[in-house]
Formats: sequence, structure tokens, C-alpha cells
Amino acid sequence: MWVGGTAAEPITREPASLSSQPFVSSLPKAPTGIRGLDEITGGGLPHGRPTLLCGGPGCGKTLLATEFLVRGAVDYGEPGVFMSFEETAPDLGANAASLGFDLDRLVADGQLRIDHVRIERSEIEEAGDYDLEGLFVRLGHAIDTIGAKRVVIDTIEALFSGFSNEGILRAELRRLLHWLKDRGVTAIITGERGATTLTRHGLEEYVSDCVIALDHRVQGEVSTRRLRIVKYRGSDHGTNEYPFVIETDGFTVIPITSATLDHAVSEERISTGIAELDEMLGGKGYYRGTSVLVSGTAGSGKTTTAAHMVDAACRRGERVLMFTFEESADQVLRNMRSVNIDLQTWREKGLLKIDAARVSLFGLERHLSRMLRLLYEFRPEFVVIDPISALLDGIDREGVARMAVRLIDTIKREGATLVLTSLTAAVEGRAQEATDIGISSIVDAWVLLRDIESNGERNRLIHILKARGIGHSNQVREFQLTDRGVRLVPAYIGPDGVLTGSARVQQAARAEREATQRAFEIEARRARLAYRRAALQARIEALRAELEAETAQFENLLERDREHAAHLSRAAVAMANSRGATRREASPARTGPTADTPLERSRR
Amino acid sequence: MMNGYVPETAADAARRAEDQETWQLRLYVAGQTPRSLAAIANLRRFCQEFLADRYTIEVIDVLEQPQLAQRDEIVAIPTLVRRLPPPIRKIIGDLSNQERTLVGLDVVKR
Repeated sequence: MWVGGTAAEPITREPASLSSQPFVSSLPKAPTGIRGLDEITGGGLPHGRPTLLCGGPGCGKTLLATEFLVRGAVDYGEPGVFMSFEETAPDLGANAASLGFDLDRLVADGQLRIDHVRIERSEIEEAGDYDLEGLFVRLGHAIDTIGAKRVVIDTIEALFSGFSNEGILRAELRRLLHWLKDRGVTAIITGERGATTLTRHGLEEYVSDCVIALDHRVQGEVSTRRLRIVKYRGSDHGTNEYPFVIETDGFTVIPITSATLDHAVSEERISTGIAELDEMLGGKGYYRGTSVLVSGTAGSGKTTTAAHMVDAACRRGERVLMFTFEESADQVLRNMRSVNIDLQTWREKGLLKIDAARVSLFGLERHLSRMLRLLYEFRPEFVVIDPISALLDGIDREGVARMAVRLIDTIKREGATLVLTSLTAAVEGRAQEATDIGISSIVDAWVLLRDIESNGERNRLIHILKARGIGHSNQVREFQLTDRGVRLVPAYIGPDGVLTGSARVQQAARAEREATQRAFEIEARRARLAYRRAALQARIEALRAELEAETAQFENLLERDREHAAHLSRAAVAMANSRGATRREASPARTGPTADTPLERSRR
Repeated sequence: MMNGYVPETAADAARRAEDQETWQLRLYVAGQTPRSLAAIANLRRFCQEFLADRYTIEVIDVLEQPQLAQRDEIVAIPTLVRRLPPPIRKIIGDLSNQERTLVGLDVVKR
């Protein structure tokens, strides 16, 4: 993840490969090892050729040149020669020590050679023709002694104050630059800024492969340093001015935008620490390695929301680095304790680091450089900036946006998740959706805390304005800060709009009453229906019983009628027999009523 | 009036020292270039004319001994250094300009 190192602990860096450069170039380049410089030059300075480094007094030319040699020796195994016209070797050593470089050790190890060229005009009398072969001899000797591949000449314009014959000087200058190219060393030539020309004596005429200008100005009481690539032959280069800072471990040039947008993405979803908010984010929370903006008015709960996320991250065992610009670390801890979020434990375990600094303390570049350095030292998986809008206290608004972009890109590239809080202006009636520094389009997710006033109270709503790649809820919920942390409550959408606070409570009570009422009605109906069913059932039973009775009666009647018919038939036969008319047998007994009685006939 | 005794000024004393001391001169050249050879020749002639026999000339070729160029802080070639009598003085160039050479070495014309 976070790759870095300082001169105090030299690491073997791989020279930047050509394929990782964003700019296409046909020239081989010598990496400087200076943070940020290789990036904007597309790999470093032109290899084997001289580069002109110009700037006014105190711009940092000598320090930059020194770092170039030191890193060349320590990181890339290329010894270097420093030919100094102005500072003595002890002075150089003392200045370099402020950057953490030990020149004496490098000299002792044969990695560095310092030749102080003293030219005292008053000591020299010119009596005839001469050249500067002495310089060449010394430089050549120094290079050969340690096998140097890099050279610094600081500053060759001192020759112009030492010798009066400009014709000779210029001729020798031209010769020197050819000589350097022949030797194949990568050189930095420094020059003083001229009034109308880049350098006082027009060195830029001779050194044409690469020209870098340093600038140091005071803006709004804050000093800022800028670096600009004026020219870089054969290579596409950024022509902007890039801010840089000089700190205890060297230069850091801060490229304004990241060179590429290709960084690995994670599929993992992580919790915000607030269950209801996770739900709103498709049920799973947000993606690891993304950037989340939490914006809202003062006191709306942005820091608390961020604190929940921090807590969740620490629980997962992730390292968290929190930058705060308005509260001290202890203040943050205390405030979060009051809502039952215990960050102190994580701090003690070393999982959480809080860095607090007032914005007005430094210039923007210094802040950025500080933050980058802390990031590289602590290597967090989770970063919080609270609030990023505090940086607006400074003068430079575009600068803040650029810086924000730079930070977001760096953090994203390292795969860490970033949470930014931002204060929005509390303007009644207007949607608080404009963030002052315009980063809302860059972040991956945006949670807005909005105030709403109704019923004599002020309540807070939360909604997710965007969450890239997540099917997020478009609901608005009420955001409550309780003594157990943040709670999200579904907001009521009544006929007048969203109801919050006491209005919501009222509405909830009303709804409950109505629900109870309805339930009661339903019960009543059910009872009535049951009763009717029972009644109906009884009637059916009664009718059935009636029918049965009638049927039985009918059967009875039928039976008697048959018997009667049978009896009559027998009687008739008996009478006939008794009259002796015919001897007829009684019809054989037949089972059932089969006699042809009128009733039978009617029945058929 | 005193008895013919005039106190000596410091300048006079120095002059007297110069007149009596041997001059030590060191000429730095680079190889056998025309300019270097001219410087050597000019120096010899100069010394014969103005310093009689009270001089020594040492010629150092920085191409052969480059480390001496750094040690003795040589930038221009040729460089002539007056080492004795003190103070040290440096003159650069092929010494074709006699006036400047005299001034540079601080030699008083007799």
C-alpha cells in the first residue's frame, strides 16, 4: 500500500520505468527521487544532459540540487559531484543537514564529492589571454575519482563576477556544456533569476534541454513556493506551476492532479456503524476504498456520523487517520463519548490517530504535504478529514479544490477509504446542496444532513444524494443525535410534507389510534358474521328436520294405502269364493303392494 | 639636524626585503598548448628582466596533476602565483601584457 521512505532510512527504489510514465517521451530520463518531481517531469531530468535550475535568492535552488545528488547516490547508486561557487563545503553540509542529509558521510563513502571554487575578483589580475581549463580539470578529476554520474554546478554565474572578460566566459560556458554532455553526466546548472531574462547572464541560451524555474512568493501573509517547468525538450510536460514545500526530509513537489485514474477497486462493502444508514445504502453499507462526503450545517452531526464510521472501521481492525481542523483531538474524543462512541480505546490501541491543526497555521501546500507525509508514515486503511471546508479559511479557493482532488486521488490509489465532512451554509429555503469547494462531483457517495424547521422546532433530516454503484434509498429520514449515538427514524410524509420531531410523534400517535380503531371494527364485523352464520346454520337445520318429518309421514301413508288395497283384494276373493261362482285361488301372496288399487295406479 | 640618519618607512623596508629575498613563482599550465607555452616563455623573459637571479619558477601541468588544481584553487589557465615574498598574488593569462604582470606581481620597475 503506502510506499515511501526518507533519506534517513534509505530504501532501494526502483527507477521509474518508462511504462509507468504518463507522458510519452523519447529521451531517457534520470529519476531525481524527489517526491513529486519525477511525476511532473515524466520520469526525471534528461539523462546525460544539463538542466538549468533558476530562481531568485532563497528559492531553494541549492537545496534542490543537493537533494538531487543525495538521492542519486543513495537511491539510485549514482555518485555525484557538487561544484560550489558560493557556499563552502561545511555550509553546504549544515544546510543539507536541515533536510536530514548527511553529506559528510556520503563524502567519506565516496558517494559524493564537493569542490568549492573560490573566486576572489580582487585577488586576480588579468594579464593576457586565458581560459577556464582549471575548472574542467577539477571537475573531470572529481568525476573520475568517484565515478560520478551526476553533477551540480551552483552557481556558474559567479564566474561573471569573478572574471571580467565576458567573451572568454561565454565561450568557456558553451564549451563546458558540451563537455558535460560528452562526459554523459546528468547535470544541474543553477542560475540567479534575472530582471527581464530567466537568468541574470542569459544561461538559458546555452542550456536548452531542460529549464526549471523556482519561485518563492508571499500571498496573504503566507509564503508559498512554486516550481515550473519552463522547457523540456523532447518531452511532454506539465506547464503549470506546481506548489512545493521544503521540509525536514527534503522537497515535496505537489502535482495538482494525479496523473492517471487507474486504481484497483474493491467489491467489499463496509458498514457505516449506523445500522439504518447501512440499510439505506442497499442494505450493506458503502464500498471500501471510496470517498464519502458528509455535509451539513453547523452542529448537524457530521462529526458524529464520521465518528460512527471510525468506530466501525476500528472494530474491523483497520487503522484510521483522522485530520481535524477545528477541534483538538481530546475535544473530539470527549464529544464522541457524550454520544456513547468510545474512540479513546482505539486511540490507545494505536488503531486511531488524530491529527489536529489550525488551517491558518500553514499555507495550503504545507498542509497537503504534512497530510501526505502522515499518510505515508501511518499507512491507514481509513481516513477522515473533518471538515475539509475549514481549509476555505485560506485565501486560495481553487487551491483547496485542487488539493482536495489530489488528496482524494492519493488516498484512493492506496486503497484506503476516505470520509470528508463539509460545512454548508445555513440559508433558509435554499437547498443546502452546493458545497463551497465543488468536490461533490468527485466523491463517490454524498450524505446530506439538512435542517428543517416546523412546529416551533428544528429537526434534522438525512438523505443520500448519491452513492455510486450502490442502489441506495431515496428516502429522507429523520436524523437524531441521542445519547446512544445516531439514530435514523423513518420520517413521516404527511399531507403537508415531511413531518419530523414532535409533529412526527403526533402523527405516529394518530396513526396508532386509527389502527386500533380499525382493528376494533374488524373484530366487531367478524363477530357479527359468526353470529349470522350460526343463525343461518340453525335455520337450515330446522328446515331439514321439517322435510324429514314430511317424508316420513308420506311414507307412512303410502304403506297404509297399500295394506288397505291388499286387504280389499283379499276380501273380494273371499267373497267370490263364498258365492261359489268360481273356484279361484287367491292370487299368490305377493310381496309388497302390487294390487292394482286406484292409489297404485295414480302412483304409476 | 640629525646626523644623516633618516628613519625607514615600512614600504621601504618591504622593498628592501623584496630586493633581497628570492621570489618563488609557480605557473599553472595545461598541457603544451600555445597559450601555456607562451606563458612559460613570457614568464622567463619577465623574470630575467625584472628579477635578475632572485627567482625560482615552478611549472605545474594540471593535466598531469589534476589534484593540485583543486588544492591550489586554480580556475583559469594559465595562472601565475607569487608565493614568496608574501602576500600571495595571482595573475591569470599568458602574461603577454607586461604592465599588468608588473602590477599583478607588484614588482617595482628599477
